[in-house]
Amino acid sequence: MLKLFKIAVRNLSRYKRRTLLTSSLIAIGVMFVLVFVAASGSFKYIMIGQITDSMLGHLQVHKRGYVASIDSLPLTLNLSEKAEKKLEETMEKIIDIESFSPRIKFGGMFSNFIETTNIRVNGVYPEKEIATVPLFLSRIKQGKKSIKEGEILIPELLANGLKVKVGDTVVVIATNRDGSVNGKKFVVGGIIESVTGPGGRDGYMHIKDAMEVLRMEEMEISEVAIRLKDFSKLNAVSNRLDEMMSKELNKQGKPIFDVRTWEKLSPFYNVARMIDVMTFFIKLMLIAIVLVSIMNVMIMAVFERIREIGTISAIGTKPKKILSLFLIEGFSLGVFGAAIGNILALGIVFLINLVKITFNFGRQSGLVLSPSLSAGDILWISAIVILVSVVAAFQPAFKASRMEPVDALRHV
Amino acid sequence: MSLVNAENLTKVYTMGEIEVKALQSVSFEIEPASFISFIGPSGSGKTTLLNLIGCLDKPTSGTLKVAEVNTSELTHKEAAAFRGKNLGFIFQDFNLIPVLTVYENVEYPLLIVQNVPSEERKTRVISLLKTVGMTDQKDKYPDQISGGQKQRVAVARALVTNPRLVLADEPTANLDSKTAFMVIDIMRQMKEEFGVTFIFSTHDPKIVSEVETVYTLQDGMLIGRAQGKGGRYA
Ligand SMILES: Nc1ncnc2c1ncn2[C@@H]1O[C@H](COP(=O)(O)OP(=O)(O)OP(=O)(O)O)[C@@H](O)[C@H]1O
Ligand SMILES: [Mg+2]
Repeated sequence: MLKLFKIAVRNLSRYKRRTLLTSSLIAIGVMFVLVFVAASGSFKYIMIGQITDSMLGHLQVHKRGYVASIDSLPLTLNLSEKAEKKLEETMEKIIDIESFSPRIKFGGMFSNFIETTNIRVNGVYPEKEIATVPLFLSRIKQGKKSIKEGEILIPELLANGLKVKVGDTVVVIATNRDGSVNGKKFVVGGIIESVTGPGGRDGYMHIKDAMEVLRMEEMEISEVAIRLKDFSKLNAVSNRLDEMMSKELNKQGKPIFDVRTWEKLSPFYNVARMIDVMTFFIKLMLIAIVLVSIMNVMIMAVFERIREIGTISAIGTKPKKILSLFLIEGFSLGVFGAAIGNILALGIVFLINLVKITFNFGRQSGLVLSPSLSAGDILWISAIVILVSVVAAFQPAFKASRMEPVDALRHV
Repeated sequence: MSLVNAENLTKVYTMGEIEVKALQSVSFEIEPASFISFIGPSGSGKTTLLNLIGCLDKPTSGTLKVAEVNTSELTHKEAAAFRGKNLGFIFQDFNLIPVLTVYENVEYPLLIVQNVPSEERKTRVISLLKTVGMTDQKDKYPDQISGGQKQRVAVARALVTNPRLVLADEPTANLDSKTAFMVIDIMRQMKEEFGVTFIFSTHDPKIVSEVETVYTLQDGMLIGRAQGKGGRYA
C-alpha cells in the first residue's frame, strides 16, 4: 500500500499546477464551509442564548391548551396550586434542572392617569426568575436591577409611548377569571428592554402583586419556565419531564401538563432551522465541488496515462492494484485539499475572533460573533471531503483497471 | 516440452463492416531457451502474434499454449497474474514509468507485481542493473537518460522476475546500430545464462542476424522458418 502511495504522490507532483489548482479549489471549499459552520454556529448559539436566557427559559410547562390560546393569556387555563406543587416535586427529582420560575401571566390596562393602553404582565418570584433567565436583569435599562413588591417593570415601548419615567405612579387594571375588574397602583421600578419573540414585550411585577390585582385567593400559575444545567440535554430532559408529568390526568382522564422546549415556543427556532438547512446546502455544494473537480482531474490523469496503464498492466499489475493506484491519487488530493482548507479555516476563525465582529439581533446590539471550530466539525467535514474524493476517483480508476493492455498500449 | 505451442492461430479484427485477417492458421512450436524472431513486412501480423503469445489479446480461433497454459481461457485478472509470473516485455518505445527512477523501474515488477521480500529484491535489482551496465545511473529518472539506456533498463525490468519468456516487439527500432547491438548482446547473454526464451518481432537485419531461428510472416500467414546465424547450428 505504501509503495502505491509513493507512486500516486509522485504522479500528483508530476502535474504540479493541476494538482495545486484542484487542491486549492477543495481547500477553499473546505475553508468556506468550516468558516460558515463556525460563524453561523456562533450566531445561532448567541441567538438561542439570548432568547432562552433573557425570557423564555429552556423549557416551559403550561396547562394543556394554554399555549394554543397564549395570545389571550387565558386565566381560566392556569395550573392550580395543587398541580403546580406536583410539578415542582417532580422537577426537584430531575438533577439536570438547574432552576425553574413559576409565572402568572395576564393582560390588563395600564394608565398613567392621562392616557391608558393595554399591557401584558408577568408576575414572578424575583429570585426564581433571575435564576431561570439570567439575562433578565441586564434587560432592565433604567431603574434598579430588581423586582420589588409594589413596583412594576414596564416595557420600553410602553414607557416611550406614554412618556412614563422610573419613579412615576401608574395604575394596572385587570379583569379576573370571575369577570370582576380590579385595579392597583404601582411605582415604575424600571424600564425593561424588549426582546424578539413571545413575551418579549411584557411588563414584570412581583407574583404577590399579580395575585392581588387578579384577586386570587389561591395561587394559580400560568407557566413555569425551566433552566437546565446543560443545554445540550434539552431533549432528553424534556422527554423525561414530559413522561413523568403525563401520568397526571384530570377528571376527564386527559393529561394536565404540557411540556415544551423553547424550540416549540419561539419563532426563532425556524431561523435556527434555516441556518441548519443553509449549512446543509453549503455542505452539499462542497461535495459537488469536490466531486466534480476530483473526477475531472482523475479522468484527465487516466486519459493521459493510458499507455502507462497499458505498460503496467502488460507487465502483470493486477487490476485491483491499478484501481488502488488511482483511488489513492484521488484520496491524496482530497487529504491535501482538506488539510490546507482546515488550516485556512482555523486561521480565518482566529482572525474573526481577533477582530471581534459585532452584530445586532432584535434590539440587542454589540453582540460579538465568536466562532469556534470543534474538532468534530473539522474531522467530520474532512472525512466527507476525503470520502467524496475517493468516490469521485472511482469511476476513472475503475475504467483504468479494466483497460485491455493491447488497446492501451496502442493508444497514442 | 515446448514453451509455446500454437495451432491454427487465427486473429480477425472487425471494424464495423470490415474484417481484417491479421493472422491466418498460424502453427508453430517454440522450445525453452530459444532466441527467435518473427519478421515480415509492415502489417504482416507480427505485433498481433506477439500480443497473443504475450497473453495481452485472445485469438479468434485456434489454440495457444504458453508454459502449458491455455491462455485464451484466462480472465482479465488471471491473464495479468500469468504475465506477471511467467512473462517479460520489452517495448519499442521502452515504456518506462516516468515517475520512477531507473532503480525503481527495475524494482517495480518485484515490488508491485510480485511480493518479493526486500533483501532479495535489492540483490536482484542490483545484479540486473549491473548486467545491463546501468548501476551508475540508477537514481536518474527515465527522462534523464538516453534511448539506449532506457532500453537497457527495460531489459533489466523484463528479466528481474526470472521470466520463462521475454517478448520484445521491435526492441531496436528506436535505437542506433551500436546501441542496438549492445542491447541484443545483453539479451543473448541473459538467454545463455538463465535459459530465458526471447521472442522478437523486427524489421531489423541486425536482430535477424543474431537470432537462432527466424519465422517469416506475410499477410498473416507463416511462410517460412529459417536458421539464423546466431543459431546453435550456425
Ligand atoms: N486493433 C486493431 N484493429 C484493427 N485492425 C488491426 C488492429 N491491430 C492490427 N490490425 C491490422 O492487422 C494487421 C496486422 O497488424 P500488425 O500490427 O500485427 O502488423 P505488424 O506486422 O506488427 O506491422 P508493423 O511492422 O507495421 O508493426 C494489419 O493489417 C493491421 O492494420
Ligand atoms: Mg508491429
